[in-house]
Amino acid sequence: MSVDLATVKRVARLARIAVTEEDANRMVGELNGIINFVEQLSEVDVTGVEPMTSVTPMDMRKRADAVTDGDKADDIVANAPTTDHNFFLVPKVVE
Amino acid sequence: MTELTSLTIAEAREKLEAGEFTSVELTEAYLSAIDAANSVFNAYVAVTPEKALGMAKASDARRATGKAGALEGIPLGIKDLFATRDVHTQACSHILDGFLPKYESTVTQNLWDDGAVMLGKLNMDEFAMGSSNETSHYGAVVNPWRANGSNQQLVPGGSSGGSAAAVSAFLCAGATATDTGGSIRQPAAFTGTVGIKPTYGRCSRWGTVAFASSLDQAGPIARDVRDAAIMLKSMASVDAKDTTSVDLPVPDYEASLGQSLKGMKIGIPKEYRVEGMPEEIEKLWAQGIAWLKDAGAEIVDITLPHTKYALPAYYIVAPAEASSNLARYDGVRYGLRVDGKDIVDMYEKTRAAGFGTEVKRRIMIGTYVLSAGYYDAYYLQAQKVRTLIKRDFEIVFDAGVDAILTPATPSSAFGIADEDLASDPVKMYLNDIFTVTVNMAGLPGIAVPAGLDAKGLPLGLQLIGKPFEEETLFRTAYVIEQAAGRFTPAKWW
Repeated sequence: MSVDLATVKRVARLARIAVTEEDANRMVGELNGIINFVEQLSEVDVTGVEPMTSVTPMDMRKRADAVTDGDKADDIVANAPTTDHNFFLVPKVVE
Repeated sequence: MTELTSLTIAEAREKLEAGEFTSVELTEAYLSAIDAANSVFNAYVAVTPEKALGMAKASDARRATGKAGALEGIPLGIKDLFATRDVHTQACSHILDGFLPKYESTVTQNLWDDGAVMLGKLNMDEFAMGSSNETSHYGAVVNPWRANGSNQQLVPGGSSGGSAAAVSAFLCAGATATDTGGSIRQPAAFTGTVGIKPTYGRCSRWGTVAFASSLDQAGPIARDVRDAAIMLKSMASVDAKDTTSVDLPVPDYEASLGQSLKGMKIGIPKEYRVEGMPEEIEKLWAQGIAWLKDAGAEIVDITLPHTKYALPAYYIVAPAEASSNLARYDGVRYGLRVDGKDIVDMYEKTRAAGFGTEVKRRIMIGTYVLSAGYYDAYYLQAQKVRTLIKRDFEIVFDAGVDAILTPATPSSAFGIADEDLASDPVKMYLNDIFTVTVNMAGLPGIAVPAGLDAKGLPLGLQLIGKPFEEETLFRTAYVIEQAAGRFTPAKWW
């Protein structure tokens, strides 16, 4: 498999990264280099092999369903570029 | 280098205890070393002198009341990936401009609880993606080591390049670091320092900026094996805030130093004899084998047949996880925002301006391999190969092997702005060829300096252990260190 310019632009859109025509052209070569490198995995026989989901076999630790944190709205918005009354502000999304 | 900064953590601990100097004096010595040399190395991206002196004063006060912790009064550097309350935390990325967390990572909190002092935040590859520290938004870090008769600037390795350089140049007593594919062990090998990536789950990942969550682990970079043991003991813990942290007691790693290797079985994997490996590394490996044999260990040849697939599998799994983890940087909740004509335009412009080239490349690869139609061919296949890589190790350990000895890196430190490496991302990725298997299998691995190459640059050996048997690694690495001696750069700065 190899990626072309249209694929690079589509992936950039999915990743929400603006790319210039120049960036996209450069990325075609770079991404193909990496894709070609990882392509060798297809030669491995994985019949009957389970995909890894966790490196250490463990049961997920659970905790009581109780409120243990919160009441820190000021802290949560402290680093936001723009806020108003503890809301994050974004450009208008509904007309 | 003043006398105080040349002390190891163990030595400083003893002298602080004996009252030969105070933590404030030790901290001042480090702060003036940083002041004098940081412009040369670019190891720190933020120095926190007031905080350091405040912590040192508090430490001296605690000691006066007889309440000294395991790292009481010891000045440390912290990789910029760890969240430190109200202190610069940006993973050395432009996209986290101005971010000052309102919380503390569990690993750093553990260190402060044991009395350690923070000197500042250390440079690193952006979001820990890199093997040379050159992808940092704050620029490259200079390795304190230079080749004989040369003043060419070399990289300290990456991604924990600032940590390794600061430890090697005596700008901190020890440093925190993280390792997703080799980011502790490769820089340790490039700077003549000791670095251990513990078993996945040994240190909490809470408050550490996420790169690839199934691979990321924190660990120390230190001047010697004992200091690494002291630091890991403090950093490791089970943590209610990280469900992948493991509820096992943290052993006294220092106690394993000096124990005999008699009866121990060390595996030598033939797959690590890669094509084009410099003869010097081959020789160093043979030397390491001889040292361990002399110490009473039994050496056995082993095979890890899926080794060559670890790096390609890593370059699917790690970017896939990164593309998901880094989706949070959208210009809304923290860091950089570049305005756009609508919200999507704002996201796209913010991420285009905020992420560097390597980070974008990996997000793109990750997005591609996870996109519709490609998931099975790439991501699922890589996760299956990962199972096979882990199984290779399990078979060897089940056969009675206690630890595996390999080279740490395929070369010594290379030059800053190496054109050959810059033109081909895959070539740079090959730096992690010996270390990445360990992350894929979640195992502990330690890099310990073992000699110098013909150019006079340090080379390291790597020991790989069974899950949660870091003690075996410290014990074995200590034998190598005793035989090889310690390596410090000749001071030119």
